[in-house]
Amino acid sequence: MNEPGRPESPGEGADSHETRHGGRPARVFTGPGVPDPGLFSRVAPLLPHLVASARYHLPPVLELFLQTLLNGLAVGSLYALIALGYTMVYGILKFINFAHSDVFVLGAWVSYEVTRIAGWGGPDHPAPWWAGILVLIIAMFTCAIVGFTIERGAYKPLRRAPRLNVLITAIGVSLLLQNLGQLDFIFGTRPQGMPTLLPDRVLAEIGGHPAVVGPDGVVIANEVAPVLVRLVDVVGSATALLLMFVLDRLVFKTKMGRAMRAVSYNPGTAALMGIPVDRIISITFVIGATLAAAAGFLYSQKYSGLNQPAAPVWVLLGLKAFVAAVVGGIGNIRGAMLGGILIGLLEFFGATYIGPELKDVYVFGLLILVLLFRPGGILGSAAVEKV
Amino acid sequence: MASAGQIEKPGPTLMGSAAIGWLPTIAIILAAVIIQITIRPMLGDFYAKVLLDIGVNIVLAVSLTMVNGFTGQFSMGHAAFMAVGGYTAATVMYYGSFRLFGEASMAGGVLSSMMSDREGPVPYFTRGDLLFLASTLFGGLVAAGCGYLVGLPSLRLRGDYLAIVTLGFGEIVRVLIQALTTDALYDADEIAATPVYQFPKYIGGALGFSGLPFYNSLFWSLGLAGLTILTAYRIKSSTFGRAFLSIREDEIAAEAMGVNTTRYKVRAFVIAAFFAGMAGALFAHTSGVQLNAGELGFLKSFDIIIMVVLGGLGSISGAAFAAIILTILPELLRQPAFLVHGWIVAVPLIAGGIALRMLAARRRADTSIPKLLIGFGVAVALLAIAAAIARSRDIDLGRYRMIFYALALIVIMIARPQGLLSVREIWERGLWRGLGNWVRSLRRETGEARP
Repeated sequence: MNEPGRPESPGEGADSHETRHGGRPARVFTGPGVPDPGLFSRVAPLLPHLVASARYHLPPVLELFLQTLLNGLAVGSLYALIALGYTMVYGILKFINFAHSDVFVLGAWVSYEVTRIAGWGGPDHPAPWWAGILVLIIAMFTCAIVGFTIERGAYKPLRRAPRLNVLITAIGVSLLLQNLGQLDFIFGTRPQGMPTLLPDRVLAEIGGHPAVVGPDGVVIANEVAPVLVRLVDVVGSATALLLMFVLDRLVFKTKMGRAMRAVSYNPGTAALMGIPVDRIISITFVIGATLAAAAGFLYSQKYSGLNQPAAPVWVLLGLKAFVAAVVGGIGNIRGAMLGGILIGLLEFFGATYIGPELKDVYVFGLLILVLLFRPGGILGSAAVEKV
Repeated sequence: MASAGQIEKPGPTLMGSAAIGWLPTIAIILAAVIIQITIRPMLGDFYAKVLLDIGVNIVLAVSLTMVNGFTGQFSMGHAAFMAVGGYTAATVMYYGSFRLFGEASMAGGVLSSMMSDREGPVPYFTRGDLLFLASTLFGGLVAAGCGYLVGLPSLRLRGDYLAIVTLGFGEIVRVLIQALTTDALYDADEIAATPVYQFPKYIGGALGFSGLPFYNSLFWSLGLAGLTILTAYRIKSSTFGRAFLSIREDEIAAEAMGVNTTRYKVRAFVIAAFFAGMAGALFAHTSGVQLNAGELGFLKSFDIIIMVVLGGLGSISGAAFAAIILTILPELLRQPAFLVHGWIVAVPLIAGGIALRMLAARRRADTSIPKLLIGFGVAVALLAIAAAIARSRDIDLGRYRMIFYALALIVIMIARPQGLLSVREIWERGLWRGLGNWVRSLRRETGEARP
């Protein structure tokens, strides 16, 4: 696709790279086990050339595919973060925590409120580099407190009640959070625009070309927008992956994680082994709420328009995250991550290649298929009901 | 729990109980006719509308009780059946009226009219009413078919999985209606030229199906509510219904006793969907309502669930009662000037409750009934306080009603997990017997007054 109308630009990329790093001497690691540093320093200046040359060799079909893949992964990692909260609570208490999606909404809205009070955003008041981290921590902290309160106030009295009652209580908590959030002195009923705290920079442009006009003024090929790899998406996905990695280590490598898995396996026996079951359950809720808050913050960074707290859009997002947890195998932490990514990809590929108006149908259709043919989920094992 | 354990008094079978008497059915229809003819003109438009909504909500709540209450399955997509029934009936009614009568305006008789002043002699029952009856039944049948389709595969799943599948089904129905259909046809010639099988495509899409005739009246709404309650009661007191209750109590035990649990669960689903579909048909033809799939999403399903849970999972009268209360409450909350007088109810309730509580405590009797009185009194008092604040600050309490509902849901689940009435009916003697026993226990503990 080497069209004549476009100026050759690979050199520009290389120049800017040189000027950015030119003044600083390359650091050389000489410790044991570190491979020859010369390789990277030799390849690095070539990278912009590679990226830039990709621009001319990407067929539009592939470009669409790539864009869809990137979007799907970015949203999928958010689904995965929310799904983790669902799956952890389900694993331990065996009920769907319907209020979880509202904790996610709370995370997004707390992020917005903190940003608004701090006065960040807009061209006049650019946010400092640590703003995102601070907002994230405040949102996580708030949601942790709310998650703890919900568990202690609403679910703990129902430890021995039938599961249906807990489910109904969860719906009650969800409705309560939604409607409290709508109050004028909390978040109000108007949608708000969230300023981006991460610098909205394009890391790489892949493919795309301007309109090709022939010598007689006839348009030969329409303009194709390039695939944009945005910093927001990269940071968002990276944060999500980091949090998931930390959680995975926590659950599978620490003593507390072992206690959580024990409670999930059999609370009665776990209590006999000296595990403080109530405390473990509270910790699980707090971790789930924290992850949901992180997802809320990242969501508010990706999509700046925040709907009002009780908007059906939020509930639908939460439901899709729950579907992700079920598809991956509910109660299974790695399954939730896999399911989240899968749902994100399915949604975006379906929207791109079949039609955007039926986006929700694909997700719920997949849920029904999974439940019919593999009720335990992809990574889960089917449970046998014992008398 | 009591009804599942009563082995000594088996009820008649479903067919048997339906054959026992047509009398109740006829009585309900006659009562609905009388209400429509005599009481409707006496009520103002506002009260008539509230009564109309009560009827539709009773049908929805009682039908969901058959699934969530009797059978113990948790369906969260009830509004989807309502949407299916409503849209089906609306399609038949709207395009049927055009094809048969040449226009879609209201062509019903006295029984179908919510208008209090109509000119000239109006017949009781017209062919328009007949078409409405047919389309309502058809809507119910299509919804029941959907119930079968959803129920058959998904009812192999338990509890919360079922909840999420029904929720997903509800969303799929909503999205399909919104995304795959387009605006309704308004031109008579165009409608005459369109083949019948294409009509389901023109049902309004995302903007809603407008231009429907307003057939729903107190006759239809209250009549259907009465028939739904009758059906539910007969099912509950039959062998058929005991199979439902046995599944709810213990699915594995029920299966061991020879109940085909999947088949009964599907049946409960189909029956509930049938009534919900008819309720949707009535809802679609109510004046002041525009049929819109967006409004029949999970929030509507949650509304119905709240009614069932507040009434007590499994209690028909409880669900009906809750449907009445929850239909009136939003209207009441908009009238703080009236609510402030809740003191008149609250003070005697609390005072009497505390007195009885002290009496019961001294005589070592059960304190649950006084507690219930105090709880109810406190609830009314809180409502009155809220109303007083709302009146002084000029706040619309109706906006906050969902907060009250949500709190009520949580508090009831924690304090009274079986719902206000549990499986009992208001008229069941157990309640009165329990009250009598309690009063007797109060007396017995004194030990001196009674011989």
